[in-house]
Amino acid sequence: MLQLILTMALYLLMVIPAGNYLYHIAAGKHTFADPVFDRVDGFLYRLCGVDPQRPMNWRQYALTLLGANASMMLLGYLVLRLQAVPLLNPNGVGAMGRSLSLNTIISFMTNTNLQHYAGETGLSYLSQMLVITFMMFVSAGSGYAACMAFIRGLAGQTGENVGSFYADLIRITTRVLLPFSMLGGLVLVWQGVPQTLSGNVVVDTIEGARQVIAMGPVASLEIIKHIGTNGGGFLGANSATPIENPTILTNLIELYAMMLLPGACVITFGKMVRSRKGRGLTARCFGMEGRTVFAAMGILFVIGLALCFWAESKGNPLLASAGLSQSMGSMEGKEVRFGIAQSAMFTTATTSFTTGSVNNMHDTLTPLGGLVPLLHMMLNVVFGGKGVGLMNMIVYAILAVFLCGLMIGRTPEYLGKKIEGREMKLTALCIIIHPLLILAFTAVAVGTSGGLAGVSNPGFHGLSQILYEYASSAANNGSGFEGLADNSLFWNLTTGAAMFLGRYVSIFLQLAIAGSLMKKPFVSDSAGSLHTDTPAFPIILVAVVYIFAALTFFPVLALGPIAEHLTLFA
Amino acid sequence: MSKKRNQRLMTPEILRQAVIGSFTKLDPRYMVKNPVMFVVESGCAVTLLLSVFPGIFGDAATGQLRAYNIIVCAVLFVTVLFANFAESVAEGRGKAQAASLKRTQKDTVAHLLAPDGSTRDVHSSQLKKGDLVLVSAGEIIPGDGEVVEGIASVDESAITGESAPVVRESGGDFCSVTGGTTVVSDWLKISITSDPGSSFLDRMIALVEGASRKKTPNEVALNTLLVSLTIIFLIVIVTLYPIGIYAGVRLQISTLVALAVCLIPTTIGGLLSAIGIAGMDRVTRFNVIAMSGKAVEACGDVDTMILDKTGTITYGNRLAADFFPVGGAETEELIRCAALTSLHDDTPEGKSTLELARRLGCSSTEPAGSIFVPFTAQTRMSGVDFPDGTRVRKGAAEAIEQYVRSQGGSVPADLRETVEKVSGLGGTPLTVCQDARILGVIYLKDTVKAGMAQRFERLRAIGIKTIMCTGDNPLTAATIAKEAGVDGFIAECKPEDKISVIKKEQAQGKIVAMTGDGTNDAPALAQANVGLAMNSGTTAAKEAANMVDLDSDPTKILEVVEIGKQLLITRGSLTTFSIANDIAKYFAIIPAMFMLAIPRLGVLNIMGLATPYSAILSALIFNALIIPCLIPLAVKGVRYRPMSSGRLLLRNMMIFGVGGVVTPFIGIKLIDLVIHPLLAVLGL
Repeated sequence: MLQLILTMALYLLMVIPAGNYLYHIAAGKHTFADPVFDRVDGFLYRLCGVDPQRPMNWRQYALTLLGANASMMLLGYLVLRLQAVPLLNPNGVGAMGRSLSLNTIISFMTNTNLQHYAGETGLSYLSQMLVITFMMFVSAGSGYAACMAFIRGLAGQTGENVGSFYADLIRITTRVLLPFSMLGGLVLVWQGVPQTLSGNVVVDTIEGARQVIAMGPVASLEIIKHIGTNGGGFLGANSATPIENPTILTNLIELYAMMLLPGACVITFGKMVRSRKGRGLTARCFGMEGRTVFAAMGILFVIGLALCFWAESKGNPLLASAGLSQSMGSMEGKEVRFGIAQSAMFTTATTSFTTGSVNNMHDTLTPLGGLVPLLHMMLNVVFGGKGVGLMNMIVYAILAVFLCGLMIGRTPEYLGKKIEGREMKLTALCIIIHPLLILAFTAVAVGTSGGLAGVSNPGFHGLSQILYEYASSAANNGSGFEGLADNSLFWNLTTGAAMFLGRYVSIFLQLAIAGSLMKKPFVSDSAGSLHTDTPAFPIILVAVVYIFAALTFFPVLALGPIAEHLTLFA
Repeated sequence: MSKKRNQRLMTPEILRQAVIGSFTKLDPRYMVKNPVMFVVESGCAVTLLLSVFPGIFGDAATGQLRAYNIIVCAVLFVTVLFANFAESVAEGRGKAQAASLKRTQKDTVAHLLAPDGSTRDVHSSQLKKGDLVLVSAGEIIPGDGEVVEGIASVDESAITGESAPVVRESGGDFCSVTGGTTVVSDWLKISITSDPGSSFLDRMIALVEGASRKKTPNEVALNTLLVSLTIIFLIVIVTLYPIGIYAGVRLQISTLVALAVCLIPTTIGGLLSAIGIAGMDRVTRFNVIAMSGKAVEACGDVDTMILDKTGTITYGNRLAADFFPVGGAETEELIRCAALTSLHDDTPEGKSTLELARRLGCSSTEPAGSIFVPFTAQTRMSGVDFPDGTRVRKGAAEAIEQYVRSQGGSVPADLRETVEKVSGLGGTPLTVCQDARILGVIYLKDTVKAGMAQRFERLRAIGIKTIMCTGDNPLTAATIAKEAGVDGFIAECKPEDKISVIKKEQAQGKIVAMTGDGTNDAPALAQANVGLAMNSGTTAAKEAANMVDLDSDPTKILEVVEIGKQLLITRGSLTTFSIANDIAKYFAIIPAMFMLAIPRLGVLNIMGLATPYSAILSALIFNALIIPCLIPLAVKGVRYRPMSSGRLLLRNMMIFGVGGVVTPFIGIKLIDLVIHPLLAVLGL
């Protein structure tokens, strides 16, 4: 318990300066590193023929993002299909199949990193670097860029201009993702994560067996996997393997790397949007409105973490009755070097921050412990990955403001802008799309032979597996419950569709909301206005998230993890 | 037509109409306009089919299932009826209101003036815009119009409830007359300004009847939210069927329909239009005609109020403050005569003069047989004729001077000086004379209305800033502003100044409300977000405003703002309540649905409901019954007390949010206790 509290306290200390730095980059303000980066960026702008000053409205921005991502997808698809060529392919990996390539390329471009392949046998080093690592940078950059445009829209001080997508993508990559990754990557290498182009190592073990130990440019992928909240492992077992995550120190680095920027986005938001002046320490650090959103996300996170930690600590009664001591908690599928606390923390964080890397097998979590990652992907607002979680949370904030505004007798307003029919329509679509993708695809999967063929563990747990797979896809999380035989045409195509729609439809709608709000005049603030920077509002926001998002999934959760839990602890 | 019009929720007539309305509104073509309730009606149709053919969708057909389906169908039917009933009650109250208005719209005979000057009698309903009519004393004005010639006092009590007649004359700000009012003295030549069927009264009737009701922007936004919630829950229900089969639970179609209806926001969906109609109705009951629901909604958002000093904040120069004798007259004599002129004078001037005189020790009473001479537009004075032939008068300085001269009297040299002194103080002088002798001047002072300071305090508490406009010099204006407690004032205000201050406030993102009556005010009324015109004002002002106050009481804007807020609060509170109800409904239905196949899920049955059938039906019945239970709240509105937004939010969240979570747990349990034995009889 103390360990978890310290971990979170340390996180708070790190996220504030990171948020401040991100704010300076998003707002185009001066930072200490400008003399270097301005030159780098200037060179890149000239190289690409981009004018970073050219304004874009929300529609142009969204289409540019979509176009840029689509062309990268095409290139990536070609590389995966042609990876059998003996270029940076010491282990002689063959070409990837058609549907799997499609699934993989959507998965990495949408920042999902759902993996229907195992990295050690499915990808050449060239693909690992040119497709996987590359996309981990640009998909994270695209997400952050969209979020910055969204915040500029909410701040509403630039007319119709939400910024230049190219400039945002480049600035975020060169000033945040690359330098942070280089530093973190070096620490990982120091702790023993391999970074090499030579092939796998074959060793004779003490038992006399021969074992192939996977190698490759792991560290460079590992760090951006977390900084960019991507989550796709170099190896099939992801951050549970000692190759990717050898020590408790690397575990913490990976944990903080994935938690840092989504939290920082909230601070950027708090500093950029219009708010009342606050004098307190937290108001200065987070911004008045940012503090509200951060608090709401924090409450959701802590509730989830507490439930997961508690459930895992209690152990598994079936194993206990088989004579296995459960005094350490349910250690099935967990690494001894991390234990229950760091496993629960990593599990909750990776699904809340929609990273999707795992340091333990989620399939073997206790039912309630497994409910938490599932639920947090269904909510998709608990910090969330690469700024997208913030955008989702704002959608719920608009909903909360709508109800609260009416309850104090005013037509609703948020951040000084009136919320009217058009915004409500877009908000409604945003809120419908997520459960629609998860539930509709789950219904299709349980009703077709193609879907059922993948289920390895029928019954309530099988339902959890299916739900988890689509929740992970639609939330662009990418963690797998595993245990699902998912490399089939059915699973590759349906999860591909869920990832694609979950990512781009949401971003498009959210940018439309920002675009619609930014055109409106500011309304004045008075004692009669609804204030969203009060201590009560985060609690209302949490209640709205639970009622709107969680209740939607209550019936399926009752049939899945809850039924499983009640049966297990009967 | 006083403000205390029928406030009862229900009369036998409204009830009868509402019951009929609940059935006629079942027409799917009408229901489809309310998507939430349309889903319920569709569910009702599906369960009706299942009542006849229980096995049609593959459920194992048993007699038990048929009985269950019939009950679900019946409860759904009643749910739809209740929602229709709510809407009908609100409409019925509006109609009752309209009926009482219609009674004032008597069909009268109008004397139509031909171009050659001759008159022809026609029915008032045949009058067209531009027609000229002649109305003499004792006749009813046949339609809305403007006075083109003549001056007369008009009794407008039929419209406003105010018994004192008002003066109407051609030109200026007092030329507008309303159909249905009566000319009491003199005659008027009126140019009709509205075509048949589009007079103010007609518009008002149409609005309160709900005939010309359009959805307001906020209603549209809320409707979007409700529809999206409905869609989300339909997705949940439709996908639950195959998922249930996978988990080994074959769900009955009627149970899925029941769950869907319980989860979609039927409470607010059923009451939404009733709330809107009732909100308009409340405004009308207040004798204010809102040109649209949008205007009422905007009232809730008002940040700044521009108020005229005279008439709104102060009584105007209408209260006696002092007596100034002239021409060597004794003060006592002046006071005595002034008091005598006011004995039967019901105007504020008269009453306050008498009051001041009594306070100063004058106790004179009139001799028997004296005759009161009321104020008329021509004479501009009032007074008393005594049996001994003595006549006392008070009135405007020029009128009295003329009166005295006509009787051969002279005007004292210091009268002009005294009159100017009073004017210089910012007051109005009223000259008093006895026969041909001018005694002195009554100083009528501007006085802040009682309770205004508290009301402005209340407005400040809810974040509304008040700005006072006055033609006074800055010094006088500052004194009054301080006394009344307004936040700001504009002295020596010209109509253009009003527009510029409105524009300035609006540029800061503020919603501005103002009242006005003169033609000069029309542009400002149009510029303001909420413009409340006085019915006594000009047609131009009324056209420009989005609300008209029939009582011509400018202070009403304060109440109208509260009505606007109340409307929004009622809408928001019932929405929150409706959504919060879902938690309990889930806990009733989910365990009931799955308990047979997965007995362990019985743990979720925290209410301890007797059987699965009883649990589902209890939730469904609660869902239906809550609609009529909330009709009084929807129609009368959630009570609004001015307080800071934070406290108000907390209060309403506790009542409707937390209350909305807790209430159904209790309600469903109680219903379960009642219906379980009944269902047992039916074999369920």
